[in-house]
Formats: sequence, C-alpha cells, structure tokens
Amino acid sequence: MTIPLLKLTGINKSFGPIDVLRDISLDVNRGEVLCLLGDNGAGKSTLIKILSGVHKATSGVMEMDGKPVSFDSPRDASDHGIATVHQFGGTFQLMSIGRSFFVGAEPTKRWGPLVIFDRKRANEIAVREMRQLGITRIDDGNRLVGGLSGGERQALAIARAVHFGASVLILDEPTAALGVKEAAHVLRIVLQARQKGIAVIFITHNVVHALTVGDHFAVPIRGSKAADFRKGEKSREEITDLMAGGEQMAELEAEIESYMTKHEGHPPRVGG
Amino acid sequence: MKSETAMQPSEAAIAPLASRSQWPSFGSLVRRPEMGSVIGLIAVFVFFSIFGGEDFLSVGGAASWLNVAAELGIIALPVGLLMIAGQLDLSVGSMVPASSMTVAIISGHFHAPIIVGVLASLGLGLVVGFVNGLLVIRTRVPSFVVTLATLFALAGLTLGLSIILTGSTSVALKSGPIAKLLLGDYIGGKFEVTLFWWIAIVAIVGYILNLSRYGNWILAVGGDSVSARNAGIPTDRLTIALYMGSGLCAAFVGLSQAILYNSAQVAAGQSFIFNSIIAVVVGGVLLTGGYGSVVGIVLGTVTFSVVNQGIFYTGFNANWASLIIGILLLLAVVMNNTFRNMALTYAARTKTRTRS
Repeated sequence: MTIPLLKLTGINKSFGPIDVLRDISLDVNRGEVLCLLGDNGAGKSTLIKILSGVHKATSGVMEMDGKPVSFDSPRDASDHGIATVHQFGGTFQLMSIGRSFFVGAEPTKRWGPLVIFDRKRANEIAVREMRQLGITRIDDGNRLVGGLSGGERQALAIARAVHFGASVLILDEPTAALGVKEAAHVLRIVLQARQKGIAVIFITHNVVHALTVGDHFAVPIRGSKAADFRKGEKSREEITDLMAGGEQMAELEAEIESYMTKHEGHPPRVGG
Repeated sequence: MKSETAMQPSEAAIAPLASRSQWPSFGSLVRRPEMGSVIGLIAVFVFFSIFGGEDFLSVGGAASWLNVAAELGIIALPVGLLMIAGQLDLSVGSMVPASSMTVAIISGHFHAPIIVGVLASLGLGLVVGFVNGLLVIRTRVPSFVVTLATLFALAGLTLGLSIILTGSTSVALKSGPIAKLLLGDYIGGKFEVTLFWWIAIVAIVGYILNLSRYGNWILAVGGDSVSARNAGIPTDRLTIALYMGSGLCAAFVGLSQAILYNSAQVAAGQSFIFNSIIAVVVGGVLLTGGYGSVVGIVLGTVTFSVVNQGIFYTGFNANWASLIIGILLLLAVVMNNTFRNMALTYAARTKTRTRS
C-alpha cells in the first residue's frame, strides 16, 4: 500500500457557529486526478482554501507523505509544493507573460555592478513552458497576460506551477468559463500534469469534464463527503443524480428540520 | 495514451516563431504604454511652438519649462511608482513645505550647519513616508484617505511648530556656496541644478522599475496584491519602502527650493499634490495600479510643464493654462486607455496568417 501524497483525515471547518466542512477525509495520490464534484456552496472552495493555506482547519489532520503538516499562509503551502490555479488563471492582467510567470521568483543576472532581472531568460522560459503545454500561439513573452484567452491563462498558470515544482496542483473550476475547444485543451493539460506524476485536484461541477480526466472522485454536499469512488464505479447518470439529487434531498431535510423546530416538532402538513 | 500525439504542437503553428524578425514591429511600438504620452507631448509642443513663437523655443524658454519639470519630475517619479503599486500619496503637498521649513529653521533660524538641516529634512521625509506606509498597510484604509489625513496633519504641524519656534510663517536661509552649487543654483543663469538630480532620479527609478526584480514586485502588487503576497512578495515592506521613497524625494524638492530661494514659506508646495498625479496619469500610469513606465512618467511631466509654462509665451491670458491642462488630462487618459487596450489584444494576425 503506497502512502498517499496528501491525506486529509476528519477535517472540520466552522466559521463561528456555521459548520462549513464536516469530517472530510480524502486521499490524493501522485499521478492521479482527484475530481471534487459539487454544486455551489458544497464546501469546495473552503476545502481549497484549507489546502492552499488561506484558512486553517478547525480540527482534523492533514498529512503529506505520511507526515502531518499545517500551513500558516499560502506561501507556506506553496513551499510544501501545493499550487493553486484559480478560475481565471493569471491575475496580473497588465503584466507581460515573462514577468508574471516569475513573480516573486525572478531570474537575475549581473550587469556591471548591478543585479538585474533577466527578462530575456524569463520570457524564453515562460514561452517554452507554455509551448510544452501545447500553447503554440504565444511566441513573445513581452505580450500582456490580459491578451491571452481564458484557456491560455489557465495554461500559463499551470505551466508556472509545474515549472516551480508543484507536487499537488489544485485547479479551481478551470474549465467553467471556457468554450468547448479551450476546455478540451485544458483537460489535455491536466492529463499532461498527471503524467508528470503530479497529484491533481480538479474542482468542477461539469460531470463530463470530470469523467474525462478523473481517476478518483469525491462529491461534497453541504460540507460533508457524500460519495467517494474510483473511475468506472459509477456512470455519468448516477453521478449527476448524486450531485443534484443529493443536494436537493439535503435541502429538503434541512427545511423540514427547521419547520419542526419552529413548530414544536410537528412535521409540515401537506396541502394545509 | 491518445492525448500524447494530440499535444504535440503542429508544424504550422511553430513556423511563425522562426520567421519572426528581431526588430520590433510598428504594431509593437504602438502597443508601448508611452505611446499616448508621446503623442500628447508632440501635440502640445507643436501648439506652443506655433503660438509661443521663438521665445518659447529659445534657451530661456526651454529652461523655463525644464526647471518646472525637474522639480515636478523628482516628485512625480516616486509618486508614479506608488501609483503603479496601486497607492496614492497626496501628502507630498505638505512634505515639500515641511522640508523647506525644517532646513530653514535648523540652518537659518538656529544657524546650524547646512548639512544638519539637509539631513534633518531628508530624515523627516523618510519618517513621514514610513508613517504613511505603516498607516496604509495597518489600517487597510484606502491610501487616498490616509495620505489626505497626513497631508493636513503635516501642514498643521509645520505651521504650528514654525510659529512656536520662529514666530513667523516664513524663514530666511543663507547657505554656503557648496550647498548652493549642489542643491539650489542656476547653471548658466537659467537652468536649476535640480535638473541633474532629476536625471539621476530618472536613472534610479528606471533601474528599479525596468531592470531590477523589484520592478516586477511593484507591477505585481499593483496588479493584484493578494496574488502578489501569495507568490512570496513582501508586499508590506515594499509599500512602506515606496512611501519612504516619495517622502524622501518630496523632502529633497522642499530643501532645494529653500536653498534656491534663500527662504522657506509654510504654505508653499500644495500644487505638487495634483500636478504630480496629472504628470503620472498623463504619462500612461494606470490610476488603479499595475501598469505604467518611467519613460511615460517623464513624458507626462514634461508635457505638463510645457503647458504650464508655454502659456506665458503665447498671447493668451495665463489663466487659460489650467483649462488646457484639464482638457489635456482627459484626452491623455482616453488615449492611454485606447493604447492599453491595443496592448491587450494579442495579435490574432500570426494565427490567421498561418491558417490562410
């Protein structure tokens, strides 16, 4: 039995009186794509924030390579090899591709008595890394990030994470804002990252996209893990039903519960 | 793996890279952020050359706007860096007279050596900048409000202390020939020495923004401060350092004015608040941060100064200068937006060419 690269055991998170995550346990392995399939409000984004060091879990254990870890900051998480790519990829719209690729880790060279940012090398590396992910339209690292398409920005952000040696890549709805062709390209890039042995956590509510690249699936509903299964164990219809139906069932139960607490334990009358 | 072959870049798509020439194309020149300010400067220069005649184009005419540009430029450059990093600094308007008064009170009123007054002024600039920076990062109040508060606080402090210490709002300062030569004199009877300091600061700020890695940090912080911090940039320290830079430069202008005019007034320098912002914005810096260049700031500064001084060489009443500056500011911003959007359109031309 191999030790999972990232292992969550009994993670709980509450903001004041509100429980956002309840008893989440997950294994993420090297060279595997874990898909988190959930509707809005299922707790996906809170889970990402815990993994990427933005929030701390209220309780529970997070382990990397079998050793317990705790992240104080996003920087701390990225030092542990966890890279998060958000929906719109690169956020520095008005920076050049080469500059934004190396933000915080600029290559430098000596120029007489001065140490200067090696823009030429930064541009070359950025363009090369993007080309490796199949983005061949980009040939000039001086161009601005804001001029890239949504898929290209995702590719830039993923290329950056891969270049800086991320071992866990968290992709937060990378395909949600993309057209069909661009989404397909991003999915290919996800598989490419998987082949490099990176553990990918792919957050989406698109079942088709998830089934295309996923090895392992988890469905959070209302902060709890409602299902956890491997590729081939469930059909697309079953997963869709699980996501939608499970959500609605939970909603209905919550409604009945609140009705009962308000009305001294009486269930709601039908047609009353 | 089916994806393996699909991911290989096709031959056709690679081709344009090899054939791309080494020279910047006309398109890439037009996409430079400074393009708007270049056009603006040419326009006002031509305008005042026509209406200002030979006097405007004479050495004296050039000195007139260059002197204004030098003082404004020394302040506009660090203010521009701050704006690229997403912050404003209005307090320079009080920092200039506060620094003038400091050097005049210490070295003029109390007869301390000039070097003591100069160092005290510069030190005050650094302290005010540090306080500005600290307030901005700690309170999370927009820097417009924070520096508006320090603008007033510092003005009040300068007035109050000047009255207590000297009983006057204006203090004379006599400085030796060396201090005069270095900080406040006219070269050839026309050009202020601050011109050379301006050039030096252009070089320093140019190095910081374009060549050093800190330039990348400044652009990143202005673009998205949360992502920048997550990428490991010490955003708080960077912000404080930038405010200290603008405090230092404003103090420098203040003390050199006191040495140049042999006196200091409590209420000088308020014009720098908006003039520096105008120079920076005309120069193509995005008010909300994340975009801008040193060349642009220099061009914006010169453009402003040409309009401000050029009006005196025309037959028009000088009261119209502000009207021209107002219109110029609007035109420049609209034009800069256009050029910025052009920079954002990533040439689809390479793509369509290979397809055809």
